[in-house]
Formats: sequence, structure tokens, C-alpha cells
Amino acid sequence: MATAEKTKILVGLGACGIAAGAQRTMDSLKQRIDELRMDNVELGVSGCMGMCYREPLVEVTLPGKHSVVYSGLTEERVDRLLDEVVSKGQIIEDWVAKADDMAGSEDAFFEKQHRIVLRNCGKINPENIDDYLEVGGYTALKKALEQMNPEQVRDEVTKSGLRGRGGAGFPTGIKWGFCAGAPGDVKYMICNADEGDPGAFMDRSVLESDPHAVLEGMAIAGYAIGAKQGFIYCRAEYPIAIRRLGIAIEQAMERGFLGDGIFGTDFSFKIKIKEGAGAFVCGEETALMASIEGRRGMPRLRPPFPAIEGLWKKPTNINNVETLANISWIINKGGDAFAALGTEKSKGTKVFALAGKINRGGLVEVPMGVTIREVVEHIGGGIKDGKRFKAVQMGGPSGGCIPEELADTSIDYDSLNRTGAIMGSGGMVVLDESTCMVDTARFFLNFTQEESCGKCTFCRVGTKRMLQILERITEGKGREGDIELLEELAATVKKASLCGLGQTAPNPVLTTIRYFRDEYEAHIKERKCPAKSCRALITYKINPDICDGCHVCHRVCPVDAVQGDKKEVHSINPDLCTRCGLCKERCKPGAIFIE
Amino acid sequence: MDTSSIPSSSGNVERVNLDVLDEIIRQHGAGSGSLIPILQKAQDAYGYLPKEVIERISRSLLVPSSSVYGVVTFYAQFRLKPVGKHIIRVCHGTACHVAGAEKITEAFARDLQVADGETTADRLFTLESVACVGCCSLAPVAMIDGETFGRLDGRGVSKVIKRYRRQERKD
Repeated sequence: MATAEKTKILVGLGACGIAAGAQRTMDSLKQRIDELRMDNVELGVSGCMGMCYREPLVEVTLPGKHSVVYSGLTEERVDRLLDEVVSKGQIIEDWVAKADDMAGSEDAFFEKQHRIVLRNCGKINPENIDDYLEVGGYTALKKALEQMNPEQVRDEVTKSGLRGRGGAGFPTGIKWGFCAGAPGDVKYMICNADEGDPGAFMDRSVLESDPHAVLEGMAIAGYAIGAKQGFIYCRAEYPIAIRRLGIAIEQAMERGFLGDGIFGTDFSFKIKIKEGAGAFVCGEETALMASIEGRRGMPRLRPPFPAIEGLWKKPTNINNVETLANISWIINKGGDAFAALGTEKSKGTKVFALAGKINRGGLVEVPMGVTIREVVEHIGGGIKDGKRFKAVQMGGPSGGCIPEELADTSIDYDSLNRTGAIMGSGGMVVLDESTCMVDTARFFLNFTQEESCGKCTFCRVGTKRMLQILERITEGKGREGDIELLEELAATVKKASLCGLGQTAPNPVLTTIRYFRDEYEAHIKERKCPAKSCRALITYKINPDICDGCHVCHRVCPVDAVQGDKKEVHSINPDLCTRCGLCKERCKPGAIFIE
Repeated sequence: MDTSSIPSSSGNVERVNLDVLDEIIRQHGAGSGSLIPILQKAQDAYGYLPKEVIERISRSLLVPSSSVYGVVTFYAQFRLKPVGKHIIRVCHGTACHVAGAEKITEAFARDLQVADGETTADRLFTLESVACVGCCSLAPVAMIDGETFGRLDGRGVSKVIKRYRRQERKD
């Protein structure tokens, strides 16, 4: 409950919000508040609230009242918000997404979530350190430095059972122990923010919405391993995250939470941001370090492991953004509290970027052990447009497709591995009946093939050959024996590649063959795409009973494939049609269908 | 003042000041760890990485120009050719792919009369495909310069292009 005299308005300015028009909402609010001389209103910025599907989101807290989050708040709605909510103190119920003291329309979205990593996201202003301090920021660092020695910090994290959230799932406390035990005075602590999986935006949202939590986690990790210098390796594609990290580092330096002699102890820790330059493989530890050193980001053989010989040949520890965002919570509340959540071998929570053919896409954080179905159907609100739930793609290009029949699989490292997919970094893309699984495999192979650094022959050439086979299958030119050939190549690429990229690149192919072999066979033997998605295998047709001869399809067709005069039933010439879909998109009566 | 001829974004060859680059190099220091940040800042300044810029970086950092080219061609971010005034990046992440990103690229290519990866004859637009811009819930998405456009379709693409063209005529 707000005790302040002023009305507080927070606009969610994460990348998703901005893309949905939140910056224009912000500008408009600023202008109108000025014009109307509403002096008792304090306008601020917040990060990602997670409800991407309801953006732009604006949170309003009237003096002495609970906060209410309004959704779909485009600039056109600003005047009504200021008039009814801010001036008259009413609630516009139709726009309410979430309210602390009443049933909001989005309760189902939050009900099964448990927010540790996202605890501050969308609640605090990421550009103001005071907001972070108000919610207990940097108290964990203080506790670690004043009351614990580095070994106790590592033990607490080990006790929590936290495993690396970048995908591999190695126990974080044990990893820290390797680096702490390595000989050498100079050690480095790196935060891996090179979130490259297509369909994943967990780390971006955390960096944009709660950058200090990551800095605090890094400083604690630095203390635990004996590093004085930290680096954040962040994708250049995340300009807002980079800017907010820069502001956060500057503020933390000013207040003495970073720098020399933190909290009057002899511990010093500084952080530099390194911008990536667009190479997916740089998410791999050794490639990432090569990139910071200014070289081509190519992985190298391990051992020596980074903990012994890492950045500039010094012992180095690398953790993912989400892993680090958990640390201050664990130090403050204790490893046992964290370990109380989740399953026997997978503790705590996991953040997922829920996207694809789903009603409520966004950023969700659930305790380990909930099922895929709970996430898709309960939190995500099921499939869009009433279509059938077909599969979820988890773990991006390294992961796989889990079919609907296995949707009751528990979300933990081991159960997911058994399906052939992986936990991955948290991308969860929901696929419906209109998604072709062969095309999905082709899509990921195209990605890994392009991103392969080229060092290992099996990854460089093997993924290319696999892609060629998948391309010919989707083009209706598949041959008998292609599925077996894919399986053979997949096994070899997995075995003979040096780094995770090559070792996992065949997973999307293997899982789709395992669960959707009939779709591959339909493409090869019957020359049909059951999902009606592969262009070479479909035909656009017009239903004469529905067509009203409005002529729009004829007008929009870029290749003049639609024939027929106005007010007459039209038809499509399949020889001219390029299957661009413009006609179907524009047909008002819905007469155009795919066969 | 050290100048060298490089083509400007308008296509004309003009004398361009390499002092800007020298200042960037001075700020970052000449260690090998500075190579990528220097290339990034140089590309920001010149729009792409002309031969002269790469050679000057090579001499200043004492890194063979072959190695500099090695780094430049390894990372997707770096460009050896000039680009259009506006860069259109069509997202081809997983969520956008299943939402029809391919058709969005096609629509841009059709409206602009260029192939993916190329620049229009008037040097106003460059069309690119990118892996993921992380706005998955707004799929399919395209970014033009810094601005993101979500939930696109063929008609939306035409509208966006028209808006930019109108703005250009005004300027």
C-alpha cells in the first residue's frame, strides 16, 4: 500500500513494451500531466512485468491505495486514464490486468508462478538504485562480506542446489569451488548475457528490469571465487539492457557497492560491459572468452577448463544472468529456503519465455517440478484461435520438440533430458496443428548451420548436409531412406563436435523424427505436408460457395494468379501462385483455404 | 589531417576524416582486447568498415590486417559494404518463424524491390534477416533502425514502408 501523498504512475518500458508503443504512452503521459498541471503525480519507469501479451502496461498507485496495473494502455487511452483513475479515483475495470487487492483478469497468469529471479521486475525503476535499495538491494552483498567468508558463501550456494540456468545445469556452488581453488592471484568473473537462442528473452528482461540484482550476484560470486574484476558479455542486439547496465554500474560505483573497499572491507570488485558482435557460438564459454580477448569467437578443447585457464589464461568463472539473479536471494534467505522449492535434483525456480501459438505469451517463473501442461494451459491460457496443442519447443537450437502426449512431463533437468529435449536457457515456444515439424527441424538446422564457427568438420559439413536433406523433404523432393540418413548424420555430428553447439545441433531433428516420424513420411512418400505449411506441397484454393466476388484477392495478388471478374466467383491459377498468402490474409468472407 | 577516399552513403566518393578513427583508437587503447570495441565504434561512425579503416586499425593495434578481416567476417554485426539510410531487420526467431516471418521478409522484398541482404537503389533501405530480437510475444516482428513493429502482416509492411517514404519526402 502506498503511503506517499502522490499518485505514482509507472510505465513498463522493457523492449516488448516499447515495441507495443509504451514509449509513446510515456511521452503522452508526460505531456498531458504537464499540460493539466497535475503536480501530485509522480511518473516513473519500470521494467518488464511479464505480461507481454497485454502491453503496454501502466501501474497506477493512488495515495493510500493498492496499486492497479492497466493493460493495453496505448497513447489514445492516456486521457481517460488520467481523468477517471487519477483525477476521480475510479477504476476502469475493463483495462485492469492485475490489482493487489482485487481479482484481476490475469490471476491465472500469476497463480502458479513463484518469482525469485523476477521478484523486482516490473516493480522497481531499473534506472534508480534507490528503488533497488528499498526492496533490500545489496543487503546480501553486505551480509556475505561482513558475516561470511568466501567458503561459507560457496557452501550456501551449493546447499541451495542451484544449477546453471544457461542450459547445461552444472551446480553453481561447485563450479565456484573449482575457480576458487585454482592457483593464481588474478581471477575473473564473467556474466554470460549473450542470450542467443531464438525464442528466448529471459535474460534480456532481467537485465532491462532489474540490473542491480545481476551486479549484486556478480559481486558476491567475485567474493566467493577471489576475483576483483568482472565482465558482462552482452549481445549488442540488446541496446536497452546495455544502457541500463551502464547506468546501474555507475550508480553502484558512486554508492560504493562496487569499486574499492566495498562496505569498508578489503574486497574490491569492478565490472566492465563487453558488447557481443553477433555470433551465437559466443554463448559457449571458451568462445566467449576468445571474443572478449578480441579474437574470432571459436571454442577450444577443454581441459584446460576456464576455472584453471580462462580469460587471458587466468582462472575464470562464467555464470549466466538468471543464475546470478538468484544469488542475492539465496544469501539473504538461505540455501535451505531455495532448496525447499523444486524437485529432488532440480531446485528453485526457472524462468521461461513463453511464446508461439499461445494466448498469454510472456515471461513466467515457475517452481521446478510443475508440468509443461500447467505452463501452457494454465499460465499461458492454452492455444490461440482454438487450435490444437501440438508440441512445445524447449531449449532452442540445442533442444527439441516435446509432443502434447508428453505434456505432463515435470519441468526439471532430468525429466526433460529423458524426452530428448533439454531444459535449455528457457525458451518455450508453443506449436499448434498448423506448424510443420519437418519445417521446424529445418528452421533450427538452418540456424545452427549458419552459426557453426566452422572449426569441427562434422559440425560444419554435417549440419549443412542435414539441412540439405531437410530442405529437399520440405520441398517435396524427399527420398526413401532420408530419415535413416538424417539419424546417422545426427549421431556422427553429436559425437564428433567439440562444443555444445555441434553436440546438440541434431536434437531438434532427432526429437521431431522420434515423435513425428509420420509427418516426415507423409512428406517423403505422399508428398503431403499434414500441417499444410510447406509451400511446395500446398495449393491455395477459393471456395465458390463463400466467394462473393469482391475482387480484393485479385487486386492484392502480386503475380496475377487470381482470375475472375468482379461479382463473380474467383479462382487461383496454381501454376502462377507463389503461395505468398496475401490473398488469404485479405479475404474478408474467408473463402480462401489451403489444401 | 589524414583523409582517405571512401564512398559516402549517397554513393559518391568523398574525402572522409580518419581522425575520427584515431580518436576512437586512442580512447580504447591499443591492446588486442580493444579490437572488437574499436571495430564497433568505427562502424557506428562510418556506417560500415571501409578498407582504409581496417588497414589503419591493423597498423595501430599491430594486428595483421588478415586477422582484422578474420574477426570482421566472423561476426554478423560487421559490414564491409555501405548500407542504406534505414536498416530493416526482419526477425526470424522461432516465434516469428512459426508466425510467418518468411512472408514478412518476402513482403518487404516485394515492396522495396530488393533481395534479402541488399540495399535499395536509392540507398534508403537495407533489408536484413536477424536471428531473434527477443520480442517474441509480438511475433512476427521487424525492427527499422531502433523502432520495433510487431504483429505484422503483408498489409502492415506496406503501411510501414509508406510511412518511411512519406517521411523521407518531407525531409
